[in-house]
Amino acid sequence: MEDPDKKTEVVLLACGSFNPITNMHLRLFELAKDYFDETGKYKVIKGIISPVSDAYKKKGLISADHRVTMAKLATKNSDWVEVDDWESSQSEWVETVKVLRYHHQKLLSSDPTNSLQNALPLTKPGRKRKQEPNRHDPIKKKNQSPDIKSTPQIKLLCGSDVLESFGIPNLWKLEDITEIVQNHGLVCISRAGSNVQKFIYESDVLWRHKNNIHLVEEWITNDISSTRIRRALRRGQSIRYLVPDVVLAYIKKNNLYNPESEDKNAGVVLAPLQKYASDSKN
Amino acid sequence: MSMKSRIPLILLACGSFNPITNMHMRLFELARDHLHQTGRYQVIEGIMSPVNDDYRKKGLVPARHRVAMAKLALETSDWIRVDPWESEQETWTETVKVLRHHYNESLRLLQYKKEFIKNKQPLEGSTENSLSSHYTVLPELKLLCGADFLQTFQTPNLWKKEHVKEIVEKFGLVCISRAGSDPAQYISESELLTKFQHNIFLVKEWIQNEISATQIRYALCRGLSVKYLVPDSVISYIAHHNIYTEESERKNEGDLLQPLQLHNTTVSPLND
Repeated sequence: MEDPDKKTEVVLLACGSFNPITNMHLRLFELAKDYFDETGKYKVIKGIISPVSDAYKKKGLISADHRVTMAKLATKNSDWVEVDDWESSQSEWVETVKVLRYHHQKLLSSDPTNSLQNALPLTKPGRKRKQEPNRHDPIKKKNQSPDIKSTPQIKLLCGSDVLESFGIPNLWKLEDITEIVQNHGLVCISRAGSNVQKFIYESDVLWRHKNNIHLVEEWITNDISSTRIRRALRRGQSIRYLVPDVVLAYIKKNNLYNPESEDKNAGVVLAPLQKYASDSKN
Repeated sequence: MSMKSRIPLILLACGSFNPITNMHMRLFELARDHLHQTGRYQVIEGIMSPVNDDYRKKGLVPARHRVAMAKLALETSDWIRVDPWESEQETWTETVKVLRHHYNESLRLLQYKKEFIKNKQPLEGSTENSLSSHYTVLPELKLLCGADFLQTFQTPNLWKKEHVKEIVEKFGLVCISRAGSDPAQYISESELLTKFQHNIFLVKEWIQNEISATQIRYALCRGLSVKYLVPDSVISYIAHHNIYTEESERKNEGDLLQPLQLHNTTVSPLND
């Protein structure tokens, strides 16, 4: 058996609308955890669900209060995945990279063994290497006393659709993508036969950091998208066993998804598109 | 709209349920939505009937466990239930006989309810009318299955032709099809199925959700998570009784499926 202290601790962060949360979202976490556990090198210590704020302005996006509540209900039976409402409670839309920075900082400040070694480099987030002091420095790690664990890494967990959205003009800033894959890392759950490999190959920045992109193949096709769940709800079709029962009960009780809610933000430009499109004009 | 003028319908799913997964429950939900949308049927019950141990399928764990897991999974459903009758028979039972049994049971229940109303009639004459119409319409029993099921009709020696005929003629099929499969084609390729296609309901699955029990067992043997694919209560049961192991997966290895064995023998023995 390997010494468990040698394993790099990983926190998985999933950003998205969660409108509503489905069993598929919860599966992404389970698949990623199994993957890291099997490498023998990583230990997943936590999963965080971070619903996007209302300011994202996505069509049909219902209020964050409800989305956060549903996600909390859905993760009640999980002993390692939790919901964080920091992102959703911001008055403006927050770039994903900033959500990663926030959670990285929070992890460090909550871990007293790391406060001395790592507090300084992290005052300047986004700089190369500094967020992963042990990564390129195995000799130094050996000299550390065994009770001092390495900094937990925070990795962005996503489906292949998010990775492929990197290619949509004005949705992401190149420097943000760079920081995500360089300083944090990506875990992408992909379906057999998906184009993720090709997509990485065709992107210079993703290719350069491909060692920090973990592709996890899904062994059971599970295509429970929130869009389809909302459509079924509007049509009065059953969504049982696709979302947790507690979430279904909450949706019914609060009559959350209907034609009016689907029209929300109709015709409004997504916050990132609005922001970066005007940036590029300036 | 009046639900009372609709034909009461019972859905029966036969299978290994080894173990039951969320997909099995989804088949019922999808079928009920579809049948209600036709405007002609009122689904009154769903029955899951786990196959007998004597079926001899590879990796088939004891029926008592499969029935217990299905019961746990259906604890929160108000219309689907497990029925252990098939699994409690001495030997493997042909699907058509399982259908006959449950149809007779439903008729017996209907008779019982009629008697009950008749006995109450002098006391509650006013409510009798509405109730009796609901209880006197004969229910239909249909076999619920996945898309791959229609294909198995073609497997040599797996089905007797007269049984397939009875299933589609007297009972009917509700078949949930997955994206990419074309059950309409299997039907057109079979004269028998084409003849009774009015009795075969094809339901398109709008969310791809292929949780095969085989994949679940592989994952369990490898120590992988099956959370959110199988209800939590079933996962705890599996862990508590250590049901799926490499050893359990080897069960019935190399055995011929019971239907294949039975239908293969040209000379039938005298013992039946």
